[in-house]
Amino acid sequence: MRLLEIKDLKVYYFVRDGVIKAIDGIRLWMDKGESLGVVGESGSGKSTLAAAIMRLIPPPGKIVEGSILFKGVDLTKLKEEDMRKIRGKSISMVFQDPMTSLDPLQTIGDHLTETILAHEKIDRRKAIEMALELLDKVGIPKDRFKDYPHQFSGGMRQRVMIALAMALKPDLIIADEPTTALDVIIQAQILDLLRELKDELNMSLILISHDLSVVSEIADRIAVMYAGHVMEFSDAMPLFDDPLHPYTQGLMRSVPNIELSDQELRFIPGNPPDMLNPPSGCRFHPRCPRAMEICRIKEPPLVEVEKGRFVKCFLYGNDA
Amino acid sequence: MSEITTKFSSRIFRILARGGMETYVCLIGGFIVFVVIFMAVFAPFISPHDPITSVADPLMPPNSEFPLGTDNLGRDVLSRIIYGSRTVLLVALVSSLFSLVIGVSLGLLSGYAGGSLDRALSLIMDSIYAFPGLILAIAIAAMLGPGISNMTVAIAIVYIPTYFRMTRGQVLSLKGHLFVEAARAIGADDKTIMFRYILPNLLSTVVVVFTLNIADAILTEAGLSFLGLGVPPPTPDWGFDLKSGQGFFTAGYWWLITFPGIMIILLVIGFSLLGEGLNEILNPRLRAR
Amino acid sequence: MHDIVIEVKDLKKYFPVQKGFIETLISRKREYVKAVDGISFKIQRGDIFGLAGESGCGKTTTGRLISRLIEPTSGKIFFNHQDITNVKGEELRRLRRKIQIIFQDPYASLNPRMKIGDAVGHPLEIHGITKGEKKREMVLEVLEKVGLTPPEKFYEVYPHELSGGQRQRVAIARAIILKPEFIVADEPVSMIDVSIRASILNLMLELKRSFNLTYLFITHDLAVAKYITNRLAIMYLGKIVELGPTRRVLTDPLHPYTLALLSSVPVPNPRAKKKRIVIKGEVPNAINPPPGCRFHPRCPRAMEICGRVEPKLMEIEKGHWVACHLYG
Repeated sequence: MRLLEIKDLKVYYFVRDGVIKAIDGIRLWMDKGESLGVVGESGSGKSTLAAAIMRLIPPPGKIVEGSILFKGVDLTKLKEEDMRKIRGKSISMVFQDPMTSLDPLQTIGDHLTETILAHEKIDRRKAIEMALELLDKVGIPKDRFKDYPHQFSGGMRQRVMIALAMALKPDLIIADEPTTALDVIIQAQILDLLRELKDELNMSLILISHDLSVVSEIADRIAVMYAGHVMEFSDAMPLFDDPLHPYTQGLMRSVPNIELSDQELRFIPGNPPDMLNPPSGCRFHPRCPRAMEICRIKEPPLVEVEKGRFVKCFLYGNDA
Repeated sequence: MSEITTKFSSRIFRILARGGMETYVCLIGGFIVFVVIFMAVFAPFISPHDPITSVADPLMPPNSEFPLGTDNLGRDVLSRIIYGSRTVLLVALVSSLFSLVIGVSLGLLSGYAGGSLDRALSLIMDSIYAFPGLILAIAIAAMLGPGISNMTVAIAIVYIPTYFRMTRGQVLSLKGHLFVEAARAIGADDKTIMFRYILPNLLSTVVVVFTLNIADAILTEAGLSFLGLGVPPPTPDWGFDLKSGQGFFTAGYWWLITFPGIMIILLVIGFSLLGEGLNEILNPRLRAR
Repeated sequence: MHDIVIEVKDLKKYFPVQKGFIETLISRKREYVKAVDGISFKIQRGDIFGLAGESGCGKTTTGRLISRLIEPTSGKIFFNHQDITNVKGEELRRLRRKIQIIFQDPYASLNPRMKIGDAVGHPLEIHGITKGEKKREMVLEVLEKVGLTPPEKFYEVYPHELSGGQRQRVAIARAIILKPEFIVADEPVSMIDVSIRASILNLMLELKRSFNLTYLFITHDLAVAKYITNRLAIMYLGKIVELGPTRRVLTDPLHPYTLALLSSVPVPNPRAKKKRIVIKGEVPNAINPPPGCRFHPRCPRAMEICGRVEPKLMEIEKGHWVACHLYG
């Protein structure tokens, strides 16, 4: 059984000016022990995806259609009280901004200990032991147990967030742009940490980022999102070696690679999609160098081009 | 400036056409205000009688000829209500406009300049603000003496700090914004920055404060007149009529104070709804992402 | 021919630390955040001079100093060999015609209540160059140049109707309408979608050619720096630690910090086995920087002298300078 399976998910925001179809019918899945990278730019819907899985979509947003099967259970159909049992325990999240995600009035040691105690039936001493172990695993010296969040730098706080996310040994950790607010050296440290934890503990991880390079450091499989759809979904290496979707190709050509000497940096013409009035048919067609007549009219299906490689594009599949 | 107002009103039209709770609130408030303004403007045409002359027996209860009855001097209550709207609106609007112009200008200057000017002005304004509005209005009006213009001045002074504080607060926040720094970078001087970059970004809040402020001013005006510090008789005024009708209430002549009272409350609600609705429309809460 | 547009000599900017009331009563000592602590460099006409580093290194402050949005605590700034360190008033205003700045945040750098046409044309008004129909013509011309076509349509819209990339083009249009000589670009593409960045960068390159511009390009992204800058200075905690031709600095870095930075940059290639240079700790605060070389507490190659003596910038190969005791 797959760890996570998303089918035909649609998340809409009903705002004053209309409906923002942030996620408009996507299919995704991942297995235990895998790390899934979700890449997308503005308007792609990637952050909405994280919120949707955690059932934390703020109003005026709603899950309009589709299912999110987590270990076989459809999260969209759960009652809030049941969902609360899952949040933090079975699925936990690391947020983007480490500055504001921690309670300023609690020492991080207490925060960790309380989190553990709230869900595990053990005594306080054992909980503190576990907390110390966690801090050690994420590379925070034990003597910082009694420090407050403001005494930590951004990178350290993010490590605390990761420790918190791991505290209850969840089945799945979702990291939503975990390194975006951090400097490049610290970012590298955090990515190394995530990779270590993934390898050692066989952690299942969803890493959401706008940065393809960041995702390539950790992800086994990658989903490329654009305007609320998954455009390409495959294992990481084949995706980088041979991107299929024109958007993925365009994206890769526009990422500066510091290891190349004379890189011709390209860009994708046009502008990010207006999510109140997204383009018809294939949402990428206005900017696609290979758009055909049909792309304007119909939305392409997600087809399996080779084993494990899925693309949402009329250039591939039966109609190609 | 006219460019700003035309753009503004077209924006309002566009937003009002969309519907939503705040739009209805705004429309209800706006309707009430409109009715009262209509009353004031067309008073000579719609008022059945002259409000200051006795036209019938005193203390007649509401009947077919005098729908709201007559007061203790035989004057038609309905006519007094209709003409009374003029006084109320005139005083409230004029004094609020005064407060706005002075308060916003000083707030703009003070917030932008900072330093000792800011501290001095803030001190003065905070001191005025510390007094409960009505008490202060009474004190000033008592000093100046009764009469419409004195009352207007008194009320104007009382509300200057409201505009000052609001404007100053916004200016302080806007001053640090990137587009203000960008304006400096292209060579804009302080005057240009204040009037082209900061002031236009204040306007929507100022409009809201204005409408809410008028509601307050109406109450203060009624209060002053009630205490005899406002309009001299026989000028029709809701507050004054409330006062003079007070003594007759216990004797069973309820219509003398009821109708002026209702009108005051209604107009205040009207402006309040208008202001609250406008606030939601013009300064919408951040949409959830 | 050395046509030096900008020269900076021992530039310093210290920001006083705000203290609470009680604290000011108790201790007399003033503390300062030494954001920029003695930097010197020259920018030649036609250069795209990169200033790179992590947050808190002082690069943004340097940009603000050179564009004279803030005044230096000490040191000198020269523009076309003229001392502009303390210009004020009318002279400063005239300087603004020649030195312009593009900010990082395209969402915040435009006045939300000003139409694009008015915003871009405002510099013309301020400097009394033209008005009315002629002004409109010039604005339309420059809007076309930055790729906002049809310019008539963009003239009438407000910032909130545009995307981040479009807004940044507006900011660029506003910066070039006075035909400046020098532009400070403060992280101009950091907040723009990756797939559009190159179009903005390419626009900047094209404008450089058309208008003979010189740029100071501030960035934290070394990959972007590699793409667009020809000279690069690496800053750490208020000091320049390495400076040289971009290709040299990023291919054969001299300073251990540059090496560490380079090894941390993620590469879009899952096969790349990163040999990360592990740097312990975090950037110390700029109020009490470490003695000697600022980087020494975290440097994997620190020696005894590094904790005592601050290394000076020395030219190791032609045009390539480094401040490190490992050399010389």
